[in-house]
Parts: sequence; C-alpha cells; structure tokens
Amino acid sequence: MTALTTLAVSTRSDGGADLRPLPWRRMAWVTWRQHRIALIGALAFIGAPALCLLIVGLQLHHAYAVAIACHPASSAACGAAVANFNRIGNFLSKGIPLQLVPPLIGAFVGASVLAREFEAGTFRFAWTQGLGRWRWTLAKLVGLGFVVAAASGALSVLAVWYYQPYFTSNNQFLVKFNPLDPGLFDLRGIGFAAWTLAAFAIGVLAGALIRRVVPTIVATLAVYAGLAFATGAWLRLHYLTPLVTKGLNVAGLVEIVSQWGSRGGRVVFTGPPTFPIYQQYCPAAAGLGKGGGASSGNPLQCLVQHGFTFWTSYQPASRFWPFQWIEGGWLLALSVLLTAVTVWVVRRRAV
Amino acid sequence: MNVIETHGLGKSYGSTKALDRCTLAIPEGHVAALVGPNGAGKTTLLNIAVGLAAPTTGAVTVLGGCPTGSLAALDQIAFVAQDTPLYKNFSAADLLHVTRNLNRRFDQGYAEQRLGELGIPLRQKAGKMSGGQQAQLALTLALARRPKLLILDEPMAMLDPLARHDFMATVMTAVADDGVSVVLSSHVLAELERVADYLVLLTRGSVQMAGAVDDLLERHRVLTGPASESDVYAKQWNVVHASRAASQAHLLVRCDGTSDPVPPGWEAHSLTLEELTLSYLREPGAGALPGPARARDTEQSEVTI
Repeated sequence: MTALTTLAVSTRSDGGADLRPLPWRRMAWVTWRQHRIALIGALAFIGAPALCLLIVGLQLHHAYAVAIACHPASSAACGAAVANFNRIGNFLSKGIPLQLVPPLIGAFVGASVLAREFEAGTFRFAWTQGLGRWRWTLAKLVGLGFVVAAASGALSVLAVWYYQPYFTSNNQFLVKFNPLDPGLFDLRGIGFAAWTLAAFAIGVLAGALIRRVVPTIVATLAVYAGLAFATGAWLRLHYLTPLVTKGLNVAGLVEIVSQWGSRGGRVVFTGPPTFPIYQQYCPAAAGLGKGGGASSGNPLQCLVQHGFTFWTSYQPASRFWPFQWIEGGWLLALSVLLTAVTVWVVRRRAV
Repeated sequence: MNVIETHGLGKSYGSTKALDRCTLAIPEGHVAALVGPNGAGKTTLLNIAVGLAAPTTGAVTVLGGCPTGSLAALDQIAFVAQDTPLYKNFSAADLLHVTRNLNRRFDQGYAEQRLGELGIPLRQKAGKMSGGQQAQLALTLALARRPKLLILDEPMAMLDPLARHDFMATVMTAVADDGVSVVLSSHVLAELERVADYLVLLTRGSVQMAGAVDDLLERHRVLTGPASESDVYAKQWNVVHASRAASQAHLLVRCDGTSDPVPPGWEAHSLTLEELTLSYLREPGAGALPGPARARDTEQSEVTI
C-alpha cells in the first residue's frame, strides 16, 4: 500500500503537479492585444463627452463668473448675464447623455471578453494553454475592469468641475441643482466609476452564460437599465433613514422620499392633499367654490387652519458623500461577486 | 505511461450520451488515431482529455496520472481543436507572442523557422490565411510549446490532399525529432494508414477496437473459400465480417494469438488498416480489445455468423 502511494505521488511530481502558476503579468500584453480595439473604442466613446464637457464647461464657468460678479443684480445687464448662464449647456443639465456612458462601455467591453471567445470557438485555444483558464479569465477581468473604471472615473472628475457652478452659487436667479438628483448623483464622485465597473461585470457574466455577442450586449443593457432605474427610483432614497419634517415647505434642496398629511394624529392622505379633502374643508381656497371662481388664498394654508399637519420625509443634500460611499461600496461588492461567479462558471462549465 | 487513460468514462449532454462506459488506455510513444462514425464521441473524448469538458461519470487521467485540466496537464499537452480556431485579427507574430506568454516553454526559434519554411509571413493576419496555412500555424503554435502529448481534433477535415500531406509531415517530423506522443481523431482513413501506429475505434460512445496497428493487422486475416463451407468455419473462428459472392465467401477473421491452420480449399490474405477499420465500422457490434483482462467483454460483443 505504501509502495503504491509513493509510486503514485512520485509519478505526479514527475508530471509536474507542483508546478508554479505562470506570473500574472504575462496576461497584460495578451489582454491589451486582444481588447485594444474595444478599449480604444471605449476611450473614444468617453473622449467625445469629455471634450464636450470641457468646451461647454469653459463657457459655462465664464458665464457663471460674469453672472455672479454683476452689480447691481437688478440691472438689465445682470439679467442678461443670468439668462446667459441659465441657457448654456441645457442638454447636459440633468446629466442624461452622460448616463449612457457606463452601460455602453460595460456592455461593449464586457461582452467581448467571453462571449466572443465562445462565438468564435477560440476559447478552445485560449483555455488549453499552460496558464489555465480561470487565471486567464480573472486576469482579464481585473485588468479590463480597472481600466474601464479608471477611464470613466476620469470623466466624472471632469463632470465634477463642469457642474460645480450649479451647486455653489448663492444667487437666487441662477439655476441650481440638487446633488441627489437621480440624473446627476452618480456623475459626481465615485458612483460613475462604480457603475461602469458593475456594467462591465454584468456584461462579462452575461457573456459566459449566453455565449453570443449581440444577445449578450442586449441582455447587459437590459439588466443595467433595470438596476439603475431601481436604484434611482427607490433604493438610493433609503440608503439612510430619511429625515422627517413638518411644514409646508422643506428648506433647501432635498430629495423628497414621501409626503403625507395627518389630522388628529391619524394619517389622512399620502402624497399631496386629495380632491375630496379640499372639497370637504377648503373648497373656496382650492378654487372649488360655487361658480368655480379663482382660488382665494393658499389652499394648503387653509388646510392647516383646519387642523391638518403636512409631513415630508426627505434626504438632505448634505448626505451626498455618505450616499456616494454607500453606492460605490455596494456596486463594488456586486462587481466582485459577479466576477467571482464568472470565474466559477468558467472553471466549472463543461463545453 | 499512458498518455490518456479512462475508466468507465461517461458524458451526457441532456439525455444524449456522447460517451458511455468508455474504458481506454493509450500508451505513450505512439501516433494514435481515434476513428469512428459521426457522433461516436471522438471530439467529446478529446475535449475531456484536454480539460475543456468534464466527464459526467468515470475517471480520466493523462500523462501517467495527471488530472485533466491541471497545470501539469495543461503544461505538457498541446491541443489543436477542430477547425483550428485562432484569433482572426491577430498576425502570426501576435499569435506566437500570445502563445509564448501563456506557456512555460515556447520555442520561438522553432516557430519562426517553421513558419518561414511554410512561407507564412509573420505579419500576415490569421484571418487572411488559407485553411491549410491556418492549420499549419495552429500546429506550429502547438509544437513550439514542446509538449509531451499533441492532441489533434479532426485536423485534416478542412484541408485539401496536399495540405493534408504537408500537415501530417510536420506532425511526423515532430514525432521523429522530439518523440512527442500524438492522439488525433480523423475521418480520413487513407491518410491515417501512413501515420498511425495505434488505433482506437469508438462506436456509440465506447471503445470498439483498440491496439497497436501492427498487432491488429497481424491478428486479422481475410479468409476466402467456398461459400458452402463458410458456415462451418464461421462457428470455429472469430468472424468480424462476412461477405459472400455466388460461390465464394470472404470472412474477416480475428485470430487471437494462435495461428490457426488455413483449411484446404481456403486462402488467407492480410489486410490494410483501412479495410480493417471499415469492416469494424460496418459491424458496430464486433469488438477487439487488447489484453486478457478484457477478453470477456470482447466475447460478449462478438458477432458470429
């Protein structure tokens, strides 16, 4: 028995079972050579909005400087300067075009990693080389993920600079944005890079499962859109317990989570006051009086006089950075998880 | 040392059994041909051997005990897959570079010299090469890794006769120079006859016949004699395949070790590998496996006419 065991062990070590894996750096050139077109495409894709932000941003910052330096504020010249600032870069004002960058980069670069290998059959070449297939996969994912995240991170640095005038002014006539606005939140800070990384990780895993490039891209965009929508519409508003305030107007720029009204300690309505409430208590103030004339007085004020209390739960703009860390954190965790699943699928999945 | 050894290997894709109780041992130092009808499980067996696929049941080791897909196995086995998939937008030089980076050993000098002999420019993209050039490039990449075992899956399927000849010439040079063991699957029986010295015949996912070619040929005879007597002799001999003309019968007979005397009125001929293989392909129930341990299996699956 002992002899047999010894024999088996020595056979194995002759065969090199104790081989050290090849160094990871060997994959750097391979990854670059294989994905350089996708990467250059992605950089060009980032470069176009970056150039746009730079050109429009210079005008915007100039107009901003003119507008806030203008005295007296009530003069016609100052009015023109304010209007000029408010007009520039409208198409970028809510950040919508830039929101397309993470999913498109993620889908195109991510889908090309595994789906193309399967589609062309080249995985049979790549995975039978001495490096081994899970090392090959992991090295590519880490390298490419880092590059796409860094590239979109660079774009978000530019976005921070671009949108700065919208968040700093005290001039009431200038357009202002809420830092927690769903379209703008993840353009500034670490969210943008994290979303790009997540889109990439989704694309790679989808490619490992679907194994065809075009369906992988479609699936990646669909999953990303669902995730981004759910986050913006619901999840982000609950990163931290919302603050609750009583009163008709919430001070400053906040992201409202929900509103409701109560009377005598009991919730009467959620959202804005309903039509029956107005009809019952304040028909005149709400313009529902006889003859349907114009409203007389503030209808909400009227309801307050009838013993109603308005509640608003909201997230203050001061939570921007905590929210950035929370969002960046879970997206990074998601990306790591998706990458781990991808490597597991590659190791395990039989051809 | 066996370069590929399997015990009761099974592989199912859904309800389809690609391999079913496949037991096999291919010794080192051979050019082993894996033949069989379409769907017999040749590609599946090779995919398992190189670690691309995992078996559903059974055990498999390569190169004398290495698990398939292990670093040691990957390091010493070079594989050229069916249709020789290469990155089409890579130049030959790029592919050499990639292969060098992905492997412990890579003989750049050999690869460049070989491509030079083949007239394949280093700067040419793989996608712009002819099928024969792509196959030669894939083979060169594999051989430059200095493997102990070279596995080729249908390497000649897409090649014209001249390219086939050149391709196998490269393989045989490597065998002569480095002593690399080769396992190749192929449909081209005539081509195998020149190169293979070990034959594995797969049918319906398991091994029907296996052995060294010389051995197999020595142990098979075609006996030609009067058709009227053929039934009598067929009971005494292991007849693999029988064909009868009006008055003459041709019996392909397996003679295990003992040299049976040819009865009067009968003639014995030796046969070629192609004829032998075709006869077994026509009789999927007939079996011929080496070694006394498998004698019983052989008897069970034998066809007597």
